[in-house]
Amino acid sequence: MSELLQFLFSGLTVGAVYALVALGFTLIYNASGVVNFAQGEFVMIGGMTTVFLFDAGAPLWLACAGAIVVAMAVGYLLNKLAIEPARGASIVTLIIITIGASIFLRGVAQVVFGKSIHRYPAFSGEAPFVIGGATILPQSLWVLFGGAAIFVGLWLFLTRSITGKAVLATANNRLAASLVGVNTNAMMTLSFALSAAIGALAGVLATPITLTSFDVGVALALKGFAAAMLGGMGSPVGALIGGLLLGLIEALTAGYISSEYKDAAAFIVILVVLFVMPSGLFGRAATERV
Amino acid sequence: MKPSTKLLALAVLAILIALAPLVFPSSFYYRIGALIFVNGLAVTGLVILFGYAGQISLGHAGFAGIGAYATALSPGLLGVHPGIGLVLGAILSGLVAFLIGRPILRLKGHYLAVATLGFGILVFITLNNESQLTGGPDGMPVEDLGLRDLSRALGLGLSTSEVWYWFMGIVLLVGAWLAMNLFQSPTGRALRALHDSETAARTHGVDVARYKLVAFVISAVYASLAGSLQALLNRFVTPDVAGFLHSVEWVVMTVLGGAGSVIGAIFGAAILTALPQALTVFQEYEHLILGAIMMLVMIFLREGLFPSVARLVGRSA
Repeated sequence: MSELLQFLFSGLTVGAVYALVALGFTLIYNASGVVNFAQGEFVMIGGMTTVFLFDAGAPLWLACAGAIVVAMAVGYLLNKLAIEPARGASIVTLIIITIGASIFLRGVAQVVFGKSIHRYPAFSGEAPFVIGGATILPQSLWVLFGGAAIFVGLWLFLTRSITGKAVLATANNRLAASLVGVNTNAMMTLSFALSAAIGALAGVLATPITLTSFDVGVALALKGFAAAMLGGMGSPVGALIGGLLLGLIEALTAGYISSEYKDAAAFIVILVVLFVMPSGLFGRAATERV
Repeated sequence: MKPSTKLLALAVLAILIALAPLVFPSSFYYRIGALIFVNGLAVTGLVILFGYAGQISLGHAGFAGIGAYATALSPGLLGVHPGIGLVLGAILSGLVAFLIGRPILRLKGHYLAVATLGFGILVFITLNNESQLTGGPDGMPVEDLGLRDLSRALGLGLSTSEVWYWFMGIVLLVGAWLAMNLFQSPTGRALRALHDSETAARTHGVDVARYKLVAFVISAVYASLAGSLQALLNRFVTPDVAGFLHSVEWVVMTVLGGAGSVIGAIFGAAILTALPQALTVFQEYEHLILGAIMMLVMIFLREGLFPSVARLVGRSA
């Protein structure tokens, strides 16, 4: 029993990170129809920049804030320099561009930060809590509650603020939104910056547990994508549920089947979901216009 | 492509392969040439899938992994010549592509990209983890194909690199010739029709699912052969042959040269294979340069380098 509880704790912690990556996907996908394969790099940039600033002597909170600002700047540039010039390109073209961006950012990180694996101290100590015979790290609570706070904050922003409603309007119908006076280009930029900030925050919160290196982004992007698809592409609630489910599936695979094949679980989930229910748990079925 | 254009393209390719050694400063360049032809073969397969049929795959290195490890393992497991292993690998890859192709190719755009990517990574994870069989991340040695002995028996006395250069050059020419023939065949026409509009192709009686599957299986066999040949050329193989980066490299070569034509894509393979050898700093900046090329080509030269250059030349002429 305590063993199962242990797997649930670790699964939920990792799942919260996947959910945040999936949420970032969802924001950009809704605003622009682009699936941003560089989403995982924001998580990497969040963790790595924090390491870099912290090692340079900055207090941890300042390093974390700096990392989020850096990631937002990268998200802004990504949209301005790579996505906007390719407006109207085919999906395949956009896929190759965002994968190119992902590999490019990874290459930059390798040159700037080096190839080694990094971490920094947990925010509030390393001594684990014991609950029902299982242990949970204080940092895991940071990840879980931080993730929950981001979801609530984003929901409030999108439903209560006029800017948030403009983002939603752009997502629903760009032409109609621009006709009622929404600056849709600015909303696209905002979506990229927000999405980058969410990814970076996931990296900032999780790095003391998961560690980070220049090449963690691709796997995270893929798992975030799997989570987004499991929940249903374009649905924020789906991203949350899909992320947590995927984390649990991985933790249970590692615990009861084989830790070597835990990474395979995500990809088997992707393939099964795509074959069996392509619109996911909470998504709408796609229709093709001719 | 008119028949005369096809013959011209093949002739140019053959002449380039034949004349390139005249400017080789050292025998090391034969090896690079052979590597270019290996990648050229894989990329020719991807032209059939991307350029003809308009379907993307980010997991074709998975088939290269199947081919490479079939070649490496069959001498030990089945007691056969590695050349037989290459054939077995190609058959196995074709079968796997046939089985997963139907459900995967129902998907479009992002979903297709991610599903193929997932397949490639599953192959990589398996090769990496089954270390009692594959040697795990450290890789395993591959038996000699016996090309050098063959050349000696024929009284040619070429070095190993030279034999491989000529052998791969011929393999690539045959591969390119087959792909170009396919382009002109009824199957090729069906593929091009569904590339432009699946709905239009379907209303004209093209069995869209079947033709997509045909393109997928053929390109998988090309990738598998390239994986096997790379393993035989290097006499060693690691799971990286099936890795995500390897799939992406092939995609970049294809779109860099121009996915629309076999010659263009082979041109892309030549550039991206030779560049890391020419620039030693490339090692450290490999990801950075690869990523930048992907973005720049897709933003500014969407059809690829070769068609853009060809058009410029055509305009000035």
